[in-house]
Amino acid sequence: MTSILLYTILTLSLLGAILAVVLYFVAQRFKVTEDPRIDQVVAVLPGANCGACGSAGCRNFAELCVNSETLEKCFCPVGGNAVMQQVAIVLGKQASEQAPMVAVLRCGGSCDKRTRVNIYDGSKSCKVMDSVYGSDTGCSYGCLGLGDCVVACAFDAIKMDPVTGLPGINEEKCTSCGACVKACPKNILELRPKGPKNRRVYVACASRDKGADTRKVCSAGCIGCKLCVKACPFEAIAVTDNLAYIDFNKCRLCRKCVEVCPVHCILEVNFPLKKESIQNE
Amino acid sequence: MDQLLISPAPHLHSKDSTRRLMRDVIIALIPSVLVSISFAGLEALLVLSVSVATCVSVEFLITRFLMRRKTTLGDLSAVVTGVILALNLPASSPWWMVLIGAVIAIGVAKMTFGGLGHNLFNPALVGRVFLLISFPVQMTNWTVKNGFFSFGYKTADAVSGATPLGIIKEGLASGMTMEQISELHDFSYLEMLFGKIGGSLGEASALAILAGLVYLLARKVIRPHIPVSVILSAFIFSGVLWLTDPLHYADPVLQLLSGGLLFGAVFMATDYVTSPMSAAGMVIYGVGIGVITILIRVFGSYPEGVSFAILFMNAIVPLLNTYFKPKAYKKEVSRG
Amino acid sequence: MSRTFSVGGIHPDDSKFSMNQAVEEFPIPKRVFISMNQHLGAPAKPIVTKGDTVKVGQTIAEPGGFISAWVHSSVSGTVADVALYPDFLGKKVLTVVIDVTGDEWLPGIDRSPDIKNEITVSPAETITKIAAAGVVGLGGAAFPTHVKLSPPPGSKAEYLILNGTECEPYLTSDYRLMIEHGQEVLIGGELMRRALGDVRGIIGIEDNKPKAIRYMQQLVENYLGWTVVPLKRRYPQGGEKQLIDAVLKRRVPSFALPISTGAVVQNVGTAFAVYEAVQKNKPLISNILTVTSQDPTIQKNYRFRVGTPVQEFLIASGAMDHEGKLIPAFTKIVNGGPMMGKPVSEPAGPVMKSTSALLLLTDKQARRKEEQNCIRCGKCAQACPMGLEPYLLYRLAMASRVEEMDENRIFDCIECGCCLYSCPAYIPLLDQLRIAKNASLKNKRK
Repeated sequence: MTSILLYTILTLSLLGAILAVVLYFVAQRFKVTEDPRIDQVVAVLPGANCGACGSAGCRNFAELCVNSETLEKCFCPVGGNAVMQQVAIVLGKQASEQAPMVAVLRCGGSCDKRTRVNIYDGSKSCKVMDSVYGSDTGCSYGCLGLGDCVVACAFDAIKMDPVTGLPGINEEKCTSCGACVKACPKNILELRPKGPKNRRVYVACASRDKGADTRKVCSAGCIGCKLCVKACPFEAIAVTDNLAYIDFNKCRLCRKCVEVCPVHCILEVNFPLKKESIQNE
Repeated sequence: MDQLLISPAPHLHSKDSTRRLMRDVIIALIPSVLVSISFAGLEALLVLSVSVATCVSVEFLITRFLMRRKTTLGDLSAVVTGVILALNLPASSPWWMVLIGAVIAIGVAKMTFGGLGHNLFNPALVGRVFLLISFPVQMTNWTVKNGFFSFGYKTADAVSGATPLGIIKEGLASGMTMEQISELHDFSYLEMLFGKIGGSLGEASALAILAGLVYLLARKVIRPHIPVSVILSAFIFSGVLWLTDPLHYADPVLQLLSGGLLFGAVFMATDYVTSPMSAAGMVIYGVGIGVITILIRVFGSYPEGVSFAILFMNAIVPLLNTYFKPKAYKKEVSRG
Repeated sequence: MSRTFSVGGIHPDDSKFSMNQAVEEFPIPKRVFISMNQHLGAPAKPIVTKGDTVKVGQTIAEPGGFISAWVHSSVSGTVADVALYPDFLGKKVLTVVIDVTGDEWLPGIDRSPDIKNEITVSPAETITKIAAAGVVGLGGAAFPTHVKLSPPPGSKAEYLILNGTECEPYLTSDYRLMIEHGQEVLIGGELMRRALGDVRGIIGIEDNKPKAIRYMQQLVENYLGWTVVPLKRRYPQGGEKQLIDAVLKRRVPSFALPISTGAVVQNVGTAFAVYEAVQKNKPLISNILTVTSQDPTIQKNYRFRVGTPVQEFLIASGAMDHEGKLIPAFTKIVNGGPMMGKPVSEPAGPVMKSTSALLLLTDKQARRKEEQNCIRCGKCAQACPMGLEPYLLYRLAMASRVEEMDENRIFDCIECGCCLYSCPAYIPLLDQLRIAKNASLKNKRK
């Protein structure tokens, strides 16, 4: 009995020792020398591997940061300026600053404003629906409401609103990685600067139809009336193809356009309620 | 105007549905169920109903309370598992044993993987093998008490004791030759065909199983590749062994008709989820089952090996699916 | 002995209810909408403006590129508008709208029903005339015919296959054409056969149309170099690659044009259009379509003018009332066959040159059932006529594993719908594969 035990222990220890030696030499032989700073940079990155920076993953981005002379062309939109500062400290380079961005939905065609004119019965995917035909509403530019952006979002920042039938974006969770922008076949999601105090103004419509046609199918669609263009004191608004667009570099958030828009498709976000409107209610 | 229905092409669908396929499998099992009830009577009925009821309720409870989604009972796959498991058990199985088997089959082998379509192994077989290993005594006790018509049996204990395979295994182990064994026990092929032999409920009658096979093939529920390759390979392999030494190996017809080979080949090896998809994969899978079954029967310690053979081949199905693609269009221009 | 293609395929119910309905001339509507995007390739460019008067057969748009086609007015009247109008899918496309007055044809077009047998034009002239008449493939893809009849340098045609399979259920327009105008179809085929350089001519017809097979066999006796090949009924036999496989036992490799096997496939409808263009100087302004359903009163074949709104046919056949309300039995309109046709979302949109059918489906027939778990039955792989594994491709598509999809030849998918048709778990296989395939092809081109 004891001899069996003894032999077992002996053979196993011997085997272990031999394998350990083999492993040691193999490891020495195939050792890859890597810049240790890459690991340090990876450690401060968010680690979401979302690809928003343009690299395939966080590790690739870290390699890029280490290898490039300056950090001008390297920016991690998910981590933002705070993370880039840390990267800069690790590498001893100057970080580039960028305004924090957030995804906005350029469509206000909620269920009550855009009637459904047919029943879509195919695969529950915006991409598929878009490949088949215009849309199940009269508007062939607006949100299809099947949630490809919800699936694309790795940060759980987009949820479908069952009442409006449109995706709602949680700006706290949104990292402006741009995955939803790529996923949307109608190209109605846009990354815009969060703005001072998170305040921003944008046109919530993407319809290039003629005003009369838009009005027929959606009560919240931009009709290209140019009232906002006239109202804007900073020439920040332009109407092309029957659609208004606000240049966020020129906009000073005066909100005059919001007041004049007859279809209320220019949205203001995070502004305190105005006195008159409070009195009215 | 009324709202039009819009979807991409195609706009029609065949009449096939999971439910319809499963219903066809149940219909194909009816002959075997009837034979088992007629020979084992109320006992068989008890095993069948406990097994089906448990499978169905376990699946319902898991989908309803654990997975919290719509129940999948409508596809009838739980019923199929229940019937197949019952037909894999001896008539004398106590009800609690059937219950444990059914819980293992559905709860462990099927639902933990995500339900129908995701399981690696045939649920009914996992249940059966679990029982075989846990309760070897009960699982190999083939005593039949009161069949609805027992005129086929010479005496009550003619079918007690063991299956033909068990008898052969023991006989050979104790140094007897096949001739001596046959002298002691009269194995009639005709009886095996009609179901007057000991064994699990569903193994009893080869004819009832073949009737099911014909129905499944006629309704195009299964393709013939798997059953045919299992049966042929088992026949040829055991035939070669028998020809080398007829005294120590059972003849191929006996191998085919006894035990669960036919039932396994027709109803368990052909399970969609756990079998390969391409014709070439199916043949390799079938041959594997046939050969391993005979290997276990002849050289293993268990008298029967179909369950293990099928489970073993289940495990390499993903590999077969990767390496044996369906017949595809060639890349180069072929003329002829 | 009937031939068929070698891989996959399905057998949906035939449902060719309107087989014995003679083709009726459909009345000219008050207003037609002629789309500039009726063919594969670049859209045509309008050459008329609002207020112009046009005659039947007059050119109203010129080709917008090498792969493009001329477009002609199908009616006489005044151009009411040249602007974006919704097509039957509700997508806005550049459209010439014409208000109809009378039915005045351009001089030089032979409208007599006499059959002109003798062929006097040279092969090169034939192709020029086909191009000028705006003839496109009427089998569904609407590929400009003159492009297909000019094989790229280095390849040589050996066979011209006329596609009379009409493998889609419900459709009967090609069948009626062969029965009523077999002679003209054959002359059109003969013109194309000569244009390709005296190749061999073959007409492939499925064996569910024995009358057409017999009639065409009778007719080809008078022509040298033609044979009729009866084919065993099986969908998608009318697919170009499948038809070449069925008739010639040759397979088209991935990424190769069918011409690499020495075969050019043309639909019988196209052959008739070629006959009219070359022998009668008549451009492609009309075609035959089947309006059909399960309802025995709505099973018709019409010869229509291109640009007629879809709803006109529905109202005429009784499927829609004058207020534009579909009768309650039906919930889906399909433009084309049930396997590959497109859904109609805008009944005011027009029919195209290549429209072959308007199919009305009931809710029970058309509504998709709820998707269930894949049971790995392999029925999709058995049905796929290109030997693909749709279940695997679907899984890869859902996980966006693009390289692996290419390894599994996603680009070979012909979008025939066999996989989705045969899936017992109602998984929308083709929906996703179509998207993935187009993405893969786009990547390849880059």
